Amino acid sequence: MELLQMQAEELSGKIKSGELGVWEAVSFYKERAALAEPETGAFLTLTEEAALKRRADEVQEGIKSGRYQGSLAGVPVAVKDNICTKGLRTSCASEMLENFVPAYDATVVERMQAAGMIVFGKTNLDEFAMGSTTETSALARTKNPWNVQHVPGGSSGGSCASVAAGEIPLALGTDTGGSIRKPAAYCGVTGFKPTYGRVSRYGMIAYASSLDQIGPVGRSVSDCAALYGIIAGNDPRDAVTSKEEVRIPRTALSDASEAVGRLKGMRIGVPKEYLGEGTQEEVRKAVWEAAALLARNGAVVEEISLPLTEYVISAYYIIACAEAGSNLARFDGVKYGYRAKEAEGLQEMYRRSRSEGFGEEVKRRILLGSFVLSAGYYDAYYLKALKAKRLIKEEFDRTFASFDCLLTPSASETAPEFGTSLPEPLRMYLSDIDTAGVNLAGLPAISIPCGFGGNGLPLGIQLIADRFCEETLFCVARAYEELRGALPAVWEREDAGKAGTRQESRGSRNEKDAGTAGMKKEERRECNAGRGKAV
Amino acid sequence: MQIDDTIIERMEFLAKLCLSEEERERAGKEIEKILSYVEKLNELDTDGVEPLVHILPEENVFREDIVTNGDGRDAALSGAPLQRDGQYVVPKTV
Amino acid sequence: MQGEEKQYETVIGLEVHVELSTKTKIFCGCSTRFGAPPNTQTCPVCTGMPGSLPVLNRQVVEYALALGLALHCEVNRYCRFDRKNYFYPDNPQNYQISQLYLPVCYDGEVEIALAGEQEEKREGNGNGAPAGAAGTGRKKKIRIHELHMEEDAGKLVHEENGDCSLVDYNRSGVPLIEIVSEPDMRNAEEAIAYLEKLCMLCRYLGISDGKLQEGSLRADVNLSVREAGSGTLGTRTEMKNLNSFRAVSRAVAEERRRQIALLKEGKKVVQETRRWDDTKGGSYPIRSKEDAEDYRYFPEPDVPPVVISREWTDEIRSRLPEFKEEKEERYQKEFGLSAYDAGVLTQSRHLAELFEKTAVLCGNPKKAANWFMGEVLRLLKERGREPEELWFSPEHLAALIKAAEQGKINQANAQKVFAEIVERDVEPLSYMKEQGLETLSDEGALRLAAEEVLAGNPGLVAEFRAGKEKVFGFFVGQVMKKTKGMADPGKVNELLRQLLGKTE
Repeated sequence: MELLQMQAEELSGKIKSGELGVWEAVSFYKERAALAEPETGAFLTLTEEAALKRRADEVQEGIKSGRYQGSLAGVPVAVKDNICTKGLRTSCASEMLENFVPAYDATVVERMQAAGMIVFGKTNLDEFAMGSTTETSALARTKNPWNVQHVPGGSSGGSCASVAAGEIPLALGTDTGGSIRKPAAYCGVTGFKPTYGRVSRYGMIAYASSLDQIGPVGRSVSDCAALYGIIAGNDPRDAVTSKEEVRIPRTALSDASEAVGRLKGMRIGVPKEYLGEGTQEEVRKAVWEAAALLARNGAVVEEISLPLTEYVISAYYIIACAEAGSNLARFDGVKYGYRAKEAEGLQEMYRRSRSEGFGEEVKRRILLGSFVLSAGYYDAYYLKALKAKRLIKEEFDRTFASFDCLLTPSASETAPEFGTSLPEPLRMYLSDIDTAGVNLAGLPAISIPCGFGGNGLPLGIQLIADRFCEETLFCVARAYEELRGALPAVWEREDAGKAGTRQESRGSRNEKDAGTAGMKKEERRECNAGRGKAV
Repeated sequence: MQIDDTIIERMEFLAKLCLSEEERERAGKEIEKILSYVEKLNELDTDGVEPLVHILPEENVFREDIVTNGDGRDAALSGAPLQRDGQYVVPKTV
Repeated sequence: MQGEEKQYETVIGLEVHVELSTKTKIFCGCSTRFGAPPNTQTCPVCTGMPGSLPVLNRQVVEYALALGLALHCEVNRYCRFDRKNYFYPDNPQNYQISQLYLPVCYDGEVEIALAGEQEEKREGNGNGAPAGAAGTGRKKKIRIHELHMEEDAGKLVHEENGDCSLVDYNRSGVPLIEIVSEPDMRNAEEAIAYLEKLCMLCRYLGISDGKLQEGSLRADVNLSVREAGSGTLGTRTEMKNLNSFRAVSRAVAEERRRQIALLKEGKKVVQETRRWDDTKGGSYPIRSKEDAEDYRYFPEPDVPPVVISREWTDEIRSRLPEFKEEKEERYQKEFGLSAYDAGVLTQSRHLAELFEKTAVLCGNPKKAANWFMGEVLRLLKERGREPEELWFSPEHLAALIKAAEQGKINQANAQKVFAEIVERDVEPLSYMKEQGLETLSDEGALRLAAEEVLAGNPGLVAEFRAGKEKVFGFFVGQVMKKTKGMADPGKVNELLRQLLGKTE
């Protein structure tokens, strides 16, 4: 189907030119979702048909009257279920908020609506965004559309899976330690985490306030940049949002040759600590392959070292859990959410409501957070983590003084199978090594699909830029995307027919990968030489 | 750092949680593992390092003292598990 | 009993919460107006809705700085908010945004005035009782440990016969300033003088009503006892729920007694928080040691730091008003008022300013002071009103005072006009004319009336001339009657003497 191949901006273009009706587009995705959902399970709530139709008509009208002219007018969008939508259940995938219907819209939702977008439904996540696989969701199981035995990654698993499965052209996720980038890599879609303070968090149900950031998930860099352009910018309701102007390299995004041209002389660092022992060989290969591709096209690529990377996870989990414990204190059975029945007295009401309403991972992080802030431990854990955070940030600062961009894996392996992550929480935490440093330093980063692993599951690379350098990031990302060439979508594999064929195609792809990977060392020398010349 | 039942119970009290025996045992074990991992930070020399709270240089972000909100009662109470006379109901606190 | 207590010294420090009179709450645009139906002044922020975020009210910082500067504090040029974590239903987020690590102001001091040697007399805090007025007594400096900004909690109402409490978040997020003193006070008198001083500063700054009874000022008393002469502090308790100066005074006495009794029995004072029950005249612990809270303070990530420049504090300092003591001194020096009058007139900044303007406008500060001390305060007392409720123009009162001085209106009528000025801010001269309250200023008419009276009573005139002074009063009365009371009695007197003398 032609509609399915369209990226969001293209879809909007067809709608604005009158070739396609808003409701026609929305209905198409409704049917897609109806088809895919039984297998994917990406959505927790779908906007009711009547409301969806009303909104589609309103948008159609608005496009006609010229009220909605933006690049994504008429496009349906999925919203991660920890972002408040007025009148539409917002559950955080928790029994605690299973029936919570917000009385207000998050700023990002308001902005998407003002741009003529249509909220299509709410997507599954790890409970309160705490997890790396979407398995901690108390309400649904989301599967990786590429292989339903595997997790979609998390915590924005629903958003990434829905885009990957072609149920929606665009989605919003949230990223506290990699929650957009990791599932984007696992699902083979593009996911972008903006600079901290770029996008308003007003209406996002906080996990770790100093690290949380909302960002887009889509099928291309350009679509992500377009949605980012709509949601980003200062919001008087979120005091930490920056007043710096939001800059998007529009021409480089629409004209890939310009993006590729801008690669010339671009300095890109590949930190070796992101390619260490825990990283699968095929992931390492994929990253070097991408590096070579960029170097061949004029970028100056160099292997670098970020020695503090080994402290990232420690600092990250201490800070995130401390803030989470406090942020989740408001769920107490008084004002909204779950309240234990027949609890005697206030203390029992609190303790039972919270113990019954929260799942195990959430409780673990709350307890951990209470501990690292408690009397006698604050200095040794929490304060120490804040100091480490400064050192880590300064290490990135020094690096960005001589590099425009960093290239790393988005995850050190392809999506794991269900049931293999949760039994060992510490191991799951450690798997955030590629992404969490970015959150500590407030950097923008994007995950872009770069191919497939031997098991046929997608692989992703991550590009990281300095704070507020989204423009550079989008340019490099767009250039890479162009140079990489088109990758097959899930449904294209489906069109190919049987699972067997899929397996085959994966096999052949893998061989190809291995072939190019063989050139790695040579390419690397080339890159280093290039770097030498530039300096 | 050894996490015994006393510590876990103290954290449960502070966080208003109440774990079953089995949960408590598991939580204790996992938290102990995690803490012994994060103690890795002790390798870092942080003498004289200022803790970093706000990553952005934003400062002095204010609202002016102007009333912008009207009656928010119905919205506030719309999700209340228990309410009476426009107020939230809780077990008696005295 | 006195013999026993002699060997112990009481050490008192105060934690005072001042509710600010900003129009909106500290972190959201909800009104702070008192008395609205439950939960009608709420929004996602002050009800702790998931996803809501706080945004700081600039006025709160300015008010805190003003009070901090008035208390001679140092200012933290980089100040920040912290979260204080504890569960209670009046606190919708289950954490309070406060300041622990970098409070806005610290290390200040304030001078309190105390009565002299003799026992102090105190009659409530009505207008007529200038507490520690006039600088006759002792002065003492109380050091301020710190001053910080935070948000107030909501209100809990407990059902009489049920097992439920009801929560109202109208007050949730109303801005507070907490002022923590050093343990520099030694008795209730000092504690009360300190509180009165804070009230006065707050009211002069216009940052709070500063009323203990209404809860816009709340005082917690930290008290310990130690053997006289000891250099170390004893274990202290924190006393809450003190809603009047009298309660503070009683609680201090009672807690002192309780702690000394414990020590005498060889027991230890337990560090705890206690609640004062004013009807029972005693206190009881409200937090036992086992569930002692651990507030797990940490820096508030949602509120960016506040950086306070010298320019900003200079600007606020330049706007600080002249405070009570300075005014009192100036009124005595410049206007020649008595210490007592100066003390009374400066009880309220508004009253003082009204007085001052009136005094300057009418050109006779003493006369103006007499009017204020007499008529203005009498009227307030009669009507049970606060000086802050006065809204008349000082120009109008000054004009009335002038008119009375010039004999354009007699005292009885002037009082009538005054009441109208207070009530409706009438312009006195046109009002006097309208109502026919002016004295007869037309000398011709007055002379005519006097001549008529004398001509009509030749017998009495003869008697007067024969030395019967008593009849003079009759003549005056007759002239006043003839002029319907509008004549200035002084003038009538003068005229009659003149006429009677002439014909002699």
